[in-house]
Amino acid sequence: MNWSWKVVYDVLPQMLEGLVITVQATIIGALVAYALGLILAIMRMSNSRIISLSTYWISEFIRRTPLLVQLYFLFYVLPDLGIFLEPLEAGIIGLGLHFSTYTSEVFRAGIENVPTGQWEAAKSLNYRPYQTMRYVILPQAIPPMIPPLANYLITMFKETPLLSAITVVELFNAANIYSNSHYKYLEPMTLVGLFFLIVSVPSAYIAMWLERKYQRRYARNH
Amino acid sequence: MSRIIEFQNVSKAYGDLQVLKHLDMHVEAGEKLALIGPSGSGKTTILRILMTLETINSGHVMVEGDYLWHQKVNDELVPASEKHLRKMRENIGMVFQQFNLFPHLTAIANIEQPQILIKGVDKSDATNKARELLALVGLEEKENHYPHQLSGGQQQRVAIARALAMDPKIMLFDEVTSALDPELVEEVLNVLRLLAETSDTTMLTVTHEMNFARDFADRVLFFEKGQIVESGPPNEIFKNPKEERTRNFLRQIIGEIP
Repeated sequence: MNWSWKVVYDVLPQMLEGLVITVQATIIGALVAYALGLILAIMRMSNSRIISLSTYWISEFIRRTPLLVQLYFLFYVLPDLGIFLEPLEAGIIGLGLHFSTYTSEVFRAGIENVPTGQWEAAKSLNYRPYQTMRYVILPQAIPPMIPPLANYLITMFKETPLLSAITVVELFNAANIYSNSHYKYLEPMTLVGLFFLIVSVPSAYIAMWLERKYQRRYARNH
Repeated sequence: MSRIIEFQNVSKAYGDLQVLKHLDMHVEAGEKLALIGPSGSGKTTILRILMTLETINSGHVMVEGDYLWHQKVNDELVPASEKHLRKMRENIGMVFQQFNLFPHLTAIANIEQPQILIKGVDKSDATNKARELLALVGLEEKENHYPHQLSGGQQQRVAIARALAMDPKIMLFDEVTSALDPELVEEVLNVLRLLAETSDTTMLTVTHEMNFARDFADRVLFFEKGQIVESGPPNEIFKNPKEERTRNFLRQIIGEIP
């Protein structure tokens, strides 16, 4: 097993292109996961049992089935129903949809962790429901949500190689294509691992820093 | 004097637990009322019903001559809409046991925000009023402090100022010193004593501080098991209670009673 810098030099440009796709899929996928997650959280907390329960079961279904199967469904099954998605589109929707069922729990916990007394104080001052949300609840609920949301971003980043299954040429797939055609696995796969480390280790530290920053911010009030 | 609050045959239960049983009571405008009695006797529930934080199961609650939990539509009495409740809430303010200040806002912003959002007051007028009220509760120096930088007693005084800023006709004080360290109780009670003397707002306070109830109240109501056992001026209730149950309660809580 000999390390060849020539292989590294050869594969690097394609891998950098793959990295751009990986970062795109992660960031846009995360935005989808956050937006959809907030909607799911609000629907889950609805007073209507039908809305709340059906949201619960849909979320359970998505969360308890593998992302890989969902990606196949979006990319290979939907065309049978006349819906054609580009590989990257299907990948972003799949990632976003799958992780929205996790982020929705973060939003729900964040909102439910605001003490009842805050809702009651707002009501006693005659705040309207949206004013209560906007001026009282969310300003308290959002800071503690930031660290777990950042952690899901890192998890999504690490899950992006699954998109290779639906022909997205992201970081891993770029390396894989090279490997398969040149029968060189050592350097490309080492580089894949390295790239993931370079991005996720600092991100993890940032997430931990956020956690410390927002932890017990209003401790004495709770 | 006119009746500002009236409970007519009001019952309230949480599941199997009956908290109020066919309660009749009334409060005159400007009256200062102290509600005393053992825990679970329904005192706090009365305040929470008035603040619309709890519904009632039967009976009627009148505030300023209008139904609180009902409204008339085509001469028929129906459950109150959110719009009706909002209108009724304008008359009422509440101070809670746990203060419930907004932790992300400074003391002064806690008092300004509701005025601006709900009453549509200009920012500068809201600030002026907030400063006046902070001075009234002795905290003009603390306007830029966040709640977690204030002691419990100070937080509770800010909460009182916040409720007053909305100019309610009725103020509800729900065990406002129960969550405080003993040495901080008096500073809050003194603010309430001052309010009782100087303001013609109707005030209802649920309290376990009997000395305070004596100073504060025009009338004391003794509750047990969701019903009024005895009602009268503090001198009568504390010095010469008629009912054996009142006597027992006072004996337990203050120790000496004739």
